[in-house]
Amino acid sequence: MKYKNNIMRKVIVFLMLITCIGTSYAAKYKIGVSVPSADHGWTAGLLWWANKAVKDFSEKEKDIEFYVVAASSGSKQVGDVEDLMVRDIDALVILPHNPATLQKVIEEAYDEGIYTVVVDRELAHPSQNVFIAGDNVGLGRVGAQWLAKQMSGKGNIVSIEGLQIPINKQRVDAFNEVMGNYPDIKVLDSQPGDWSTQKALTVMENFLQKYPKIDAVWCQDDDMLKGVLKAIEESGRTDIKTVLGGAGSKDIIKMIKSDSNKMVRATVTYPPSMIASGVALAVHGVKQEKLGDLYNEPSRIILDAQLVTKDNAEDFYFEDSPY
Amino acid sequence: MAKLEPAPMMTRLRRLNMAAYAPFIALLLLVIFSSIASDTFLMPRNITNVLRQVSYTGIIALGMTFVIIAGGIDLSVGSMVAVVGVLTIMIINGAGDGWWAVAMAVSSAIALGGVFGALNGLIITRGKVASFIATLATMSIFRSMALYISDAGEMVSTNAHFSDIGGGYLWGIPYPVWVFLLLAAVYHILLKHSAFGRHVCAIGSNPKVASYSAIKVRWVYFQTFVIAGASVGIAAVLLTSRLNSISPSDAGIFYELDAIAAVVIGGTALSGGKGTIWGTVIGVIILGIINNMLNLMGISPYLQGMVKGLVILIAVLVQFKGDR
Repeated sequence: MKYKNNIMRKVIVFLMLITCIGTSYAAKYKIGVSVPSADHGWTAGLLWWANKAVKDFSEKEKDIEFYVVAASSGSKQVGDVEDLMVRDIDALVILPHNPATLQKVIEEAYDEGIYTVVVDRELAHPSQNVFIAGDNVGLGRVGAQWLAKQMSGKGNIVSIEGLQIPINKQRVDAFNEVMGNYPDIKVLDSQPGDWSTQKALTVMENFLQKYPKIDAVWCQDDDMLKGVLKAIEESGRTDIKTVLGGAGSKDIIKMIKSDSNKMVRATVTYPPSMIASGVALAVHGVKQEKLGDLYNEPSRIILDAQLVTKDNAEDFYFEDSPY
Repeated sequence: MAKLEPAPMMTRLRRLNMAAYAPFIALLLLVIFSSIASDTFLMPRNITNVLRQVSYTGIIALGMTFVIIAGGIDLSVGSMVAVVGVLTIMIINGAGDGWWAVAMAVSSAIALGGVFGALNGLIITRGKVASFIATLATMSIFRSMALYISDAGEMVSTNAHFSDIGGGYLWGIPYPVWVFLLLAAVYHILLKHSAFGRHVCAIGSNPKVASYSAIKVRWVYFQTFVIAGASVGIAAVLLTSRLNSISPSDAGIFYELDAIAAVVIGGTALSGGKGTIWGTVIGVIILGIINNMLNLMGISPYLQGMVKGLVILIAVLVQFKGDR
């Protein structure tokens, strides 16, 4: 019995050694990517882009190994990061589910000397080499400017907000600031739809009941826009001329491209591909390369909020992406 | 004829042992498989890491074991983590800086958990509501309370020492793991070597017979929910301290399912009457290792839920085959 155990142990140790040697020769650098799992379209797109970036870089950079993990909640994501740290990663690319919950574990990773890239949601106490995010203020501002122009500076707007986290407030505040310049545009109501199609459908149904005359809807997210469109369609109302979402989902960009719904004529980007840029930053980080032709190291990168209309829709359309 | 008797006895005994030790064997197989599949698995840092990750749901599962053995179920534990966590942060931020504030937060978290557990117990035993329904209702109530009190925002502790409880180590092992193991030992003694433990088993297997044997069925049943609640309080304060914050919409999501799964994998019958604490401990660790391995092996996150579900199914099927 004891003899058998010994053999068993030797076999296991041997196998472990093989895997050890195998991995240590294959990869010089290890990069971990941690994202929230798909709870709405945008996060589904996020994971797709993370995997796409990993695939692209794996072909180019043979000495880098990538691990992609997705967590359904903030506390689960803490565990994911701990698991990645056990694997001795050299860089961490993370889009924190909720910043306060992840603050401590990201701090631990950063203090260990792991090159840390925080994406989209900023930590209260910065603990990263680079922060990369979309322009939330820009999303609200660009959307508001376009909408005001479409409405010729007058009419009634209802607005549907996202989850009640700081990002949402930045967008809504910027939107309202621009609208403040148009005294004839009235924001009738603003309710949270949590970036969920279904929730937005319900909220829009209530708005349609409550307000007999609505000219435009702003809902900052293309997933919610689908719910809004459904509610309008079911109500049979024709007073609504313009609806504007945001982020730039595949379906909505397709609508813009093909002119299939005359209410939908634009969107403002807040691209889930930012995680792919985050992975690129990490690759440069571990290799200690400069970014492009830059002479300096950026610590914050804010992506432009771009207006997508029929003219440029083709550039923002990715057939394979789920979002 | 008398000569033939020992043979079936022996087979029955062997079968019984197999069923009783199934969780342990499953854990052993899982550890062997994991150490072959991943070179990082057996690293001490990974082991303590896994143990710390499971300790929060583990502590809850320990309390849940009493409830399930007594024939009940508690679905509200996950939401209770959130509401106790939110209140704990409010208390510690209100109490100021220093160790005494930490002590106050810890003790009030356990007390609050106990109170919420007692609330469950009262509704169930006094209101004569089935535990599934009663705790389904309080699950919704506790989550809503947590969201309302905190205005749905994440709450961060301002106390400098608070994060040391959940983040600290003793002899290389994280505090939450110590708490989990110590609590398991205490609960084991309570379940196997006290009158209360025997009463819990008795009311779970047959409440009528138990009441004829002069056991205060409702009182014992009530106490199991208080134990579950207090355990949630302990888990909540450890989790909150580890993160130094709590997110009311996110904390404790699906903890009830993880806890119940761990208890069941550990060999406790959902119909009540029998079960062990050590079985639950093993169930908790099995779930933790699966989670860890899925991450280490880089399984698609979309498939992880399926793997976890299948393992739960297999574990349960293997164990209860002997019963039929």
